[in-house]
Amino acid sequence: MMFGKLSLEAIPFHEPIIIGTGAVVAILGVGILGLITYLHQWKYLWDEWITSVDHKKIGVMYFGLGLVMLLRGFADAIMMRAQQAMAAGGAAGYLPPQHYDQIFTAHGVIMIFFVATPFLLGLMNVVVPLQIGARDVAFPFVNSLGFWLSAVGGALVMISMWVGDFAATGWVAYPPLSELGYSPTVGVDYYLWSLQVSGLGTTLAGINFIVTILRMRAPGMDLMKMPVFTWTALITNILIVAIFPVLTATLALLSVDRYIDMHFFTNELGGNAMMYINLIWIWGHPEVYVLILPAFGAFSEIIATFSGKPLFGYKSMVYATSSIGVLSFSVWLHHFFTMGSGANVNAFFGIMTTIISIPTGVKLFNWLFTMFRGRIRFHSATLWTIGFMVTFAVGGMTGVLLAVPGADFVLHNSLFLVAHFHNVIIGGTVFGSLAGMSFWFPKVFGFTLNEFWGKVSFWCWLIGYWLAFTPLYILGFKCMTRRMNHYDVPGWHPYLVVALIGACIIGAGILALIIQLAVSIRDRKENRDLTGDPWDARSLEWSTASPAPFYNFAHIPRITSLEQHWEDKETGRVGMLASYYDDIHMPKNTSAGFVISAFGFVLCFALVWHMWVFATIGLFGMVATFILRTYNRDVDYYVPAAQVARIESERYALTRKAAYR
Amino acid sequence: MNISVTSISVARARHEHDSAHDDGSMTVLGFWIYLMSDCLIFSCLFATFGVLAESTAGGPSGRELFDLPYVAGETLLLLISSFTFGIAVLNMHAKRKHNVIAWLAITFLFGAGFIAMELREFAYLISEGAGPSRSAFLSAYFTLVGTHGLHVTVGLLWLAVMMHQTVYFGLDDVVRRRLACLSLFWHFLDLIWICVFTFVYLRGVL
Repeated sequence: MMFGKLSLEAIPFHEPIIIGTGAVVAILGVGILGLITYLHQWKYLWDEWITSVDHKKIGVMYFGLGLVMLLRGFADAIMMRAQQAMAAGGAAGYLPPQHYDQIFTAHGVIMIFFVATPFLLGLMNVVVPLQIGARDVAFPFVNSLGFWLSAVGGALVMISMWVGDFAATGWVAYPPLSELGYSPTVGVDYYLWSLQVSGLGTTLAGINFIVTILRMRAPGMDLMKMPVFTWTALITNILIVAIFPVLTATLALLSVDRYIDMHFFTNELGGNAMMYINLIWIWGHPEVYVLILPAFGAFSEIIATFSGKPLFGYKSMVYATSSIGVLSFSVWLHHFFTMGSGANVNAFFGIMTTIISIPTGVKLFNWLFTMFRGRIRFHSATLWTIGFMVTFAVGGMTGVLLAVPGADFVLHNSLFLVAHFHNVIIGGTVFGSLAGMSFWFPKVFGFTLNEFWGKVSFWCWLIGYWLAFTPLYILGFKCMTRRMNHYDVPGWHPYLVVALIGACIIGAGILALIIQLAVSIRDRKENRDLTGDPWDARSLEWSTASPAPFYNFAHIPRITSLEQHWEDKETGRVGMLASYYDDIHMPKNTSAGFVISAFGFVLCFALVWHMWVFATIGLFGMVATFILRTYNRDVDYYVPAAQVARIESERYALTRKAAYR
Repeated sequence: MNISVTSISVARARHEHDSAHDDGSMTVLGFWIYLMSDCLIFSCLFATFGVLAESTAGGPSGRELFDLPYVAGETLLLLISSFTFGIAVLNMHAKRKHNVIAWLAITFLFGAGFIAMELREFAYLISEGAGPSRSAFLSAYFTLVGTHGLHVTVGLLWLAVMMHQTVYFGLDDVVRRRLACLSLFWHFLDLIWICVFTFVYLRGVL
């Protein structure tokens, strides 16, 4: 009774692949936990990371979550590619259909919600407060809570692999397939609750960053002196706050259908499945701009820095970003042109979709003109940016092709579509996140990343991407549909073998990324960034030390220029020691975010398995912890001026040392 | 409030545009943005109700089910509770702590009365065989009205906590800021209810 639908039968002992992976993960997990215990690092982990409200550390944790989930999402990808490379003609491959369906669903969900989103939130967390000259975000506790809620969502998806199953519906879980009648297992419930809890985290992050950007900019930084990355972050967060409630509502409606026999999207008793498809894409299309805009921002900062020139067309960049934000709400129907909305409706959404490529084109030309006659340094971040420009341009063009309703009738749900969105998401979001990582890494950790392995990673990703997805474009034209477990057209087989090779090369790129991190940590002393400005960059985050002190800036800077740090360098106002310091007001760490999220995990897991007692405990725990937190008045403290002075003079000494080198 | 060393450093820190120091206006702005996102959840529910309003699947329609005078009574309770909350806020500005608590308590009673009436209405509908699983129309009805009711219930819990915090901390900056947010929340729910009354009940019956 206590355990609802959960029993030992929920663990898929008969699936050797799953149980094998489970064993490996369990051994690794025990190993890591044992190592932490052995090294007595629990207290450090708890004090410095788990309870931290420092935006830089939360950003790092978001990035860590994204990297771990990237490994899982990529494992799903390579399994799918292997299956399709094998299951031609008479061969059935090695994955049974039910398992294969879960894998492509999990792959999509993980890559969007638990890789791309954490990467971008991680970048925004690290960069935005530093770029606007703030010491933290507006609501540091909410920031910590948002991260841990996202982590709970990721944990739920991971657990679904070994306890029960995951949705086998595709990553947007269209009804009526996702209704109880057709998906009677807990798979869709895992899907619903992991997205609800991480979506809540994302919404909180969105509110937090809007207030941070609107209210905490350094004096003198009016909106048109805001760095482009912060602009893209602002628009992204406005989009987040405008769309994630729609996702919450939509998934809630599907939940009540499944849990208490309502009829929003069922086939019988008046339900309307098309309504779900409209609602989910009203969230889903702006969501792709949530994923791409911060990447655009990162590329803008990188290309200006490594071209040694101000960004070309700053204002047009701002207007392009804003108009993409507005237009993103008027294109959702292009995801289902084939569902019979009629020619006029299709024409409207087709035209709107093509229009949205105009501001994107503006951006592309701005980046090109920034490079034009620039003194370009081919750092790995530059390579990611150039690779992005080439790759993304193609993805944009295939997108415009799909926006033509007539063409879409042929290509809908084909591998052409799969190739298109991987083209823009890998070429845009993933390249942007990795470029941003190599660019801003020294600001957080104080040393630069290894260039050789960074470049190896880039070339593997770029070549791997093109090898893996060009065949899918061709197969789309050959009418191969997506999500096929098996096919009997022998002509498709060679293309899918090439695609598998491409995926393996991407795998090598991920491996190179891990090696890059390991080598860089090993060589951290040689690669120490003493100046705080390793790339000769232009915006405010480079004016403080690397790693940035926990209070970011000893004195809040005064802003007179769009490229404040560059101007300060030109006029010789950097690297000076201040004559006096003030006490600095900072938020205290709190475990509330972690504890609330832990109860959130209990709640969601219990809801998946209909364990109502545990669900009540989870909900009660969340609410009670939150209320208790509101009684805690000891939430901030002052860093004494003397301590600030000591940290700053140590840093000054290091900079001098660097100058003499 | 502490007057001693810290207040001196507060004064010094303030004229340096102290990032971590919130005078309350940032929280209120953040809360406004949250309310707008909540408003979007309701707009989705209103939209789905609009689509499904005629999908009665041969079951009862709003015209047969809704008792307009009863709902008008519910509405009155909620509107009065908004008014009494307004009086509580006026007393908060006048720093009359006991009056604030009293008016919050009165607000709580009206809100609880509203929830009680709503639950009674739901129980009646379900006993008539017009529960949420009878038709898509009833699913949409119960979800929209129920979500609003859930919000009011959360508001009641929040009211209870704030009454205690007013006693416990007095009307200090943090309590006043939280009361301001709760007041926004409460009036927002009133506004949503007016839309519910109009688009669900009036439209269903008239």
